[in-house]
Amino acid sequence: MFGIPVLSIITFLPLVGALVILMIRADEEVEARNARWTAFWVTAITFIGSLSIWFGFDKSTAEFQFVEQGEWLGGAINYHMGVDGISMLFVILTTFLMPFCILASWEAIQTRVKEYMIAFLILETLMIGVFSSLDLVLFYLFFEAGLIPMFLIIGVWGGARRVYASFKFFLYTLAGSVLMLLAIMAMYWQVGTTDIPTLLAYDFPAGMQTWLWLAFFASFAVKIPMWPMHTWLPDAHVEAPTAGSVILAGILLKMGGYGFLRFSLPMFPVASDFFAPLVFGLSVVAIIYTSLVALVQEDVKKLIAYSSVAHMGFVTMGIFAATIQGVQGGIFQMLSHGWISAGLFLSVGVVYDRMHTREIAAYGGLVSRMPIYAFALMVFTMANVGLPGTSGFVGEFLTIVGVFQVSSWIAFLATIGVILSACYALYLYRRVVFGELEKDTLKNIKDVSPRELATLAPLIAAIIFFGVYPLPILDVTAVSVDNLVANYTAAVEAHEVAGGGTFDFAWAGFGR
Amino acid sequence: METALAMPDLSPALAEIILAVGAMALLLIGVFRGDGSSSRAVSSGSIVLLIVAAFAVISQPDGRVLTFGGAFVMDGFAVVMKSLVLAGSAIAIVMAQGFMARENIDRFEFPVLILLATLGMMMMVSANGLIALYMGLELQSLALYVVASFHRDNTRSTEAGLKYFVLGALASGMLLYGASLIYGFSGTTNFDVLAGVIALNGMSTGLVFGLVFLLAGLAFKISAVPFHMWTPDVYEGAPTPVTAFFAAAPKIAAMALLLRVMYGGFADAVFQWQQVVVFISIASMALGAFAAIGQTNIKRLMAYSSIGHMGFALVGLAAGTPEGVKGVVIYLTIYLIMNAGVFCCILAMRHKEGPVEEISDLAGLSQNQPMLAAVFAMLMFSLAGIPPLAGFFAKFYVFLAAINAGLYALAIIGVLASVVGAFYYLRVVKIIYFDNPAPAFAGPMESEIRAVLAVSALFTLLFILYPMPVLKMAEGAANSLVPTVEAAEAGSEEAPAVPAESAH
Repeated sequence: MFGIPVLSIITFLPLVGALVILMIRADEEVEARNARWTAFWVTAITFIGSLSIWFGFDKSTAEFQFVEQGEWLGGAINYHMGVDGISMLFVILTTFLMPFCILASWEAIQTRVKEYMIAFLILETLMIGVFSSLDLVLFYLFFEAGLIPMFLIIGVWGGARRVYASFKFFLYTLAGSVLMLLAIMAMYWQVGTTDIPTLLAYDFPAGMQTWLWLAFFASFAVKIPMWPMHTWLPDAHVEAPTAGSVILAGILLKMGGYGFLRFSLPMFPVASDFFAPLVFGLSVVAIIYTSLVALVQEDVKKLIAYSSVAHMGFVTMGIFAATIQGVQGGIFQMLSHGWISAGLFLSVGVVYDRMHTREIAAYGGLVSRMPIYAFALMVFTMANVGLPGTSGFVGEFLTIVGVFQVSSWIAFLATIGVILSACYALYLYRRVVFGELEKDTLKNIKDVSPRELATLAPLIAAIIFFGVYPLPILDVTAVSVDNLVANYTAAVEAHEVAGGGTFDFAWAGFGR
Repeated sequence: METALAMPDLSPALAEIILAVGAMALLLIGVFRGDGSSSRAVSSGSIVLLIVAAFAVISQPDGRVLTFGGAFVMDGFAVVMKSLVLAGSAIAIVMAQGFMARENIDRFEFPVLILLATLGMMMMVSANGLIALYMGLELQSLALYVVASFHRDNTRSTEAGLKYFVLGALASGMLLYGASLIYGFSGTTNFDVLAGVIALNGMSTGLVFGLVFLLAGLAFKISAVPFHMWTPDVYEGAPTPVTAFFAAAPKIAAMALLLRVMYGGFADAVFQWQQVVVFISIASMALGAFAAIGQTNIKRLMAYSSIGHMGFALVGLAAGTPEGVKGVVIYLTIYLIMNAGVFCCILAMRHKEGPVEEISDLAGLSQNQPMLAAVFAMLMFSLAGIPPLAGFFAKFYVFLAAINAGLYALAIIGVLASVVGAFYYLRVVKIIYFDNPAPAFAGPMESEIRAVLAVSALFTLLFILYPMPVLKMAEGAANSLVPTVEAAEAGSEEAPAVPAESAH
């Protein structure tokens, strides 16, 4: 667009920042302070830089933009970056949340600050890379490499059961991903390239699609996570430091949804159509079951973690409805959940830094000492419930509308989930914020500091602004989504006309 | 054809001749100068010798050259594999100096023995017949048995040597038995002729038996399951630099030999050997992954890790295609370098009283020595095959070949084994980063070990940025071993056909 590799600069700027922090040599106090400030400025500049792709984005085309290409592994595997309407906003979401993560860790992290900031900056590079790579191998590289910093963040700076949680997180995700890697290889031999735009245009044989879809599903279903592959998430959330939870819920989960949108749906439309009932089933179970599980949690973070699983159920449901509203809603829900869950975890972090407990029972009556905090938490809670006027409503509404066209029963069951989410969220809010402030430990608790307010206020603004006026986001995604859904529908219809419908599960369909 | 009396062309074997003469010269120097002063000089001399030999290898003309009546072959594949072997040996000698001096076993015989083992390995790489194969293998093995027990006052070291010797002799016997069967049923020891016989007559039952015995003998050398039992004990007992040597160069040579035999002599018997290789590959990956979980000694852990890694390399071999060879060569190259780095880290594990080997001694290393900890952890992630580190690409290319060859079950089991394997690598990272500090390690690392570690770490980390040289090198090696159809038409005479099909 401007002749300069904007995407690469945004992607690798945090990595450069990490190198700069690595160079800092001073006594511990100074080192920590410098590391914090460097990390903050790097993430802030990255965010501002990333806005340029939003402003420079051409909303009238479904083509990839800001494309960059370079030689890499030779032959058909190249360095290829670019964004379209589906991926662009996830890049922005990533860069948007990062400065808050750094701010949230300002005082909470006191040991090994330098390493912590390096891990976060590397993680940012990898996350942006996931959303902007246009080569499957490159995508996989970013996707998997993110495990290393996250493993260390949970394991080094996490809570009491951090070792268990970090191993579970790592191995669960790895096990899912390696199958995807094999599928990528099979696609490479089938098409002769791992270039995503080429693969999007390629028509995979129906029998092969089934296997490829399952392999990709193994990876993304763990990542997003779908019931019953979700059990790593509550553990990882509970043990991770606040900023780690924000990144996990805000961005890492979205990689799963993004994967479905980028690969499963457009590349394997016939298989997606075939397996859609399975996804609906799992999504509905996730929405209802994990909402019920959330209802009985004693730990604030665990409750939010289960609520994340439930909300991701709406996303998968919307995506695989494969209607314009469903897919739009899925994307919107992911973005909105990015702000809401980030806000919720940051809010938990605020009281956790003061009280060092996540037990719901340890709180109560916070409103009398912390009115600003109570307000912020209320906004996030209401948005989590999906109250009209917040971004949560738009996402849930669109996904349910989208899925209603496919099956009214599924929409009905999903709506039950909305009611349940109101139950657990309001119940949590009442127990933490309302009631008499009886506990002695809470008598001297202080309201949010300016630094904490600075992390919460922009999220509140985003949630309300896009809840009232979601058009800026829907506009960006519209053309790409229309294109995706149109291609999908055409492919599925073509398969049915060709006498498909029944599925050739034979190995023969998988060969070259 | 040359007659038996005519002098064979020596130039293809120039590097071997340099090594053989040089090793004997160094032995003489060591003997005449006496023990105390000469070990350092002999070490340096042997490194120089290895470098000279490497130049002799690299400067070989392109194309396939046969000599010694067709028993010795020099081609692009041999150049690459010999370079790797020489690098592995040189690294081992460099790493050994400080350790041997500290343990008071810095005798001049050590570098000489390594040189002789290296000579054997180079013969293995170039062997184009059963006799040359056995000759190289035995020269290598006998030297290795001695270096395993080099710490002769240490019972564990002598036990390692003895165990290695007894089991190794058994494996050699099997290999020899297989070789005699192959000779008996085909009437030749030369691989090129053997390939012709098999292409003409197919595999007779006797040949299949011979093939299986040959595979068993070679599987022992690369410590593939079910012939792996010696590995943990020998790795644990041998002095650490010797273990570092065992884990790299001999494995590369044996794997090269395996490739040469399977893709050369038995090129038309893919169907027969593929099943065997698939089995030992799966067994090695699985055992390497599961058995390593319970280990507390870092050297034993690395032993199981190497068993697993050989299993992964065999995935490429099992593919039976040029892509498979390319995958194996890439795998071995990256493995060699990662392995050197890991053993440098292990060499740094010592207290004042002497070296320590328990994984728990690494606890909290990240706070005592942050740089060493970061490098160690990175190498562990790389061994586990996590991108963007070099180890990922090693696995990537062998599995790519396996998928191409349609070995889906092997590939799926392989990647799942790599997930299980990731657990024990992560456990090391966990101990380094998550646990509370144990007593710090003594003393600074020697500068030469520091240098090897730095090269290894940088390679592992930065491979992603500039992978083409290694990929090109591997591709060249693969094409010279298994000429593609176009290349065969373009020139080389006795090129076996592409062994991808098993059309009988």
